[in-house]
Amino acid sequence: MSETKEVIRVQQIRKTYEMGKTKVHALQGVDFNVQRGEMVAIMGASGSGKSTLMNIIGGLDYPTSGSYFLDDIEVNKLTKNQLADIRNQKIGFVFQGFNLLARTSALENTELPLLYDRSKRVKKHSEAARQSLERVGLGDRVDHFPNELSGGQQQRVAIARALVTNPSLVLADEPTGNLDSKTTVEVMALFQELNEEGVTILLVTHEDEVARYAKRIVELRDGKIIKDVPQTPDSAAKDLEELLLRRSEEQGAKEPETAQAD
Amino acid sequence: MQAFRLVKVAGKSIIKNKMRTLLTMLGIIIGVGAVIVMVAIGEGAQSQIEQQIQNLGTNMVVVTPGAAQTSGASQGASSFSRLTPEDAQKIKNESIYSANVSPVYSSFRAQIVGGEGNWRATILGVTPEYQVIRNWDTTSGRFFDAREERTGAKVVVLGKTIVDQLYGDRDPVGERVIVNRVPMQVIGVLESKGQTADGNDQDDFIVLPYTTARNRILGRWSFMRQILINTYSAEDIPLAQEEVRAILRESHGLASWEADDFEVRNQEQLSEAAQGTTEVMTALLAAIASISLLVGGIGIMNIMLVSVTERTREIGIRMAIGARGSDVLTQFLIESIVMSILGGALGIALGVGGSTLLGSTMGWATAVNSETVVIAIAFSAAVGIFFGFYPAKKAAALNPIDALRFE
Ligand SMILES: Nc1ncnc2c1ncn2[C@@H]1O[C@H](COP(=O)(O)OP(=O)(O)OP(=O)(O)O)[C@@H](O)[C@H]1O
Ligand SMILES: [Mg+2]
Repeated sequence: MSETKEVIRVQQIRKTYEMGKTKVHALQGVDFNVQRGEMVAIMGASGSGKSTLMNIIGGLDYPTSGSYFLDDIEVNKLTKNQLADIRNQKIGFVFQGFNLLARTSALENTELPLLYDRSKRVKKHSEAARQSLERVGLGDRVDHFPNELSGGQQQRVAIARALVTNPSLVLADEPTGNLDSKTTVEVMALFQELNEEGVTILLVTHEDEVARYAKRIVELRDGKIIKDVPQTPDSAAKDLEELLLRRSEEQGAKEPETAQAD
Repeated sequence: MQAFRLVKVAGKSIIKNKMRTLLTMLGIIIGVGAVIVMVAIGEGAQSQIEQQIQNLGTNMVVVTPGAAQTSGASQGASSFSRLTPEDAQKIKNESIYSANVSPVYSSFRAQIVGGEGNWRATILGVTPEYQVIRNWDTTSGRFFDAREERTGAKVVVLGKTIVDQLYGDRDPVGERVIVNRVPMQVIGVLESKGQTADGNDQDDFIVLPYTTARNRILGRWSFMRQILINTYSAEDIPLAQEEVRAILRESHGLASWEADDFEVRNQEQLSEAAQGTTEVMTALLAAIASISLLVGGIGIMNIMLVSVTERTREIGIRMAIGARGSDVLTQFLIESIVMSILGGALGIALGVGGSTLLGSTMGWATAVNSETVVIAIAFSAAVGIFFGFYPAKKAAALNPIDALRFE
């Protein structure tokens, strides 16, 4: 394969929203690249343009100017239908609000992207979905509906759904925004595990607590990158272990099963 | 290429929202059901009338007094035309194609006293040939003969209903009855012909020689309603019609520029005339029922539109994970088509059930034909496409980001 190591190349991206007479410059010339296998946290104050950037990278929106390459494809030049296929095959989305279909089992939710896969790479949909759910540790919850799952479990179903097409890139906009601290660490441990398996991950977060698990931090302010630094990530798996240990000590021998909760 | 999978998706969505689905389909169910019942009633009436006319006998030609069209030449006082026994006799003597000829005098609601009480029935004054033309057997006794006709004998043949009313299970042959104060002797009982579509009793008749009827019972009110003729074969019918027409024109002394003052029709023409009216009725009923189908279609559009708003988020999710606009369009369109076809199918079940029920409980003749069913299915699919398209288009045009943000 002649693919470069870069999954994402963003060059001088601008995004301007026109609201009547006023113009909102959500992104004002953003440049940045992401290599295969990276795990990047995008940070910044509210309104700094994080979601706008994610939407463009995710092929949900077009930039006003500049160019964006995903796997060397110039995404900003594609038609709407081509964009839909890019979202389907190269990108996995994880949202703050989970965005699972109600009254639809975990398995069916996970299968959903395959339904729209025109390349038909995957033949056995439910088999692939089951494997994906096993990968996020929900092999025993395949037939549960979203309302029968905890927030953390729902987010893991969403991650399984994002992974089912084997995308080049997983995009997560505040994936832990609706989760408590313990579940947050769990989900981050899952992201780290997937990243170690080679999945490229881009996530948006407000919290340093979350960002410290990433390998690189990009900070936005007023639509511009003001900071872009690599870091040595903390291990979420280790934190989770400590957290559980501390909790079980606090509660004594009353609930020895806590480690398996959730 | 995705069509099959999208049908599955639509199917799931329909099953997951049972209440919404049912409400959506209700209009179509009722609409299609109504159309089928209405058409079934109309067609039933039509086929009954046809059958009734066929029941009259085979190879029949009917002459009735009065001009076919009132438009055209004014005929002044002579337009009050009558058929006379001489007309019947002349046809009998001169027509080669006519096998049997019988004048028919009739009077409604004649008073009959006999057996256990009295009864009112229609009187038919005919010739013995009437029995042959109408192929009407006797179950007891006999029909009157030519001699009795000639002499105006006071003999009657009773229909089944009159026997039931006046004699119960007893055989009335040989008994005396009084018809409009004239004593008569019962010489036979006619076999039952049952009821007509509109509930008319075909056995509520007394039949007697027309001479007797004219001279002794009907008196100066006697009025020949028709002359019944039958031919030897079906091919002879048009020939007989032409022949009879010529004979009657001569008998009535009509000049060449004068129009017929009678009508000569065969059974087909009679049923066509009857069908004309029932066809109008069927069309009217179907039109009324179609309006409810249209309302049902609007109901589908309404609920699909609400559903698009309600499911904006779902649409956003589907688009985010790779659904094209056309996929969303197809999904919603299939949903509405599946619902209308399903509704149509249930409507057919309702319509067929309803028609059958009406047929058995009300005694109405109903006939569901497969053509109506096919049209109903096609029409409901069309309703689904037509009224589903706008909401589906609206869903497909959504911007995924806005849709995802929708609360
Ligand atoms: N559809 C839109 N129309 C108009 N302005 C918009 C639209 N979307 C975003 N904006 C504006 O663009 C700017 C950047 O918004 P964006 O959603 O990217 O911020 P964010 O960094 O994700 O913030 P948050 O942390 O609150 O999610 C904001 O000023 C916002 O008001
Ligand atoms: Mg945001």
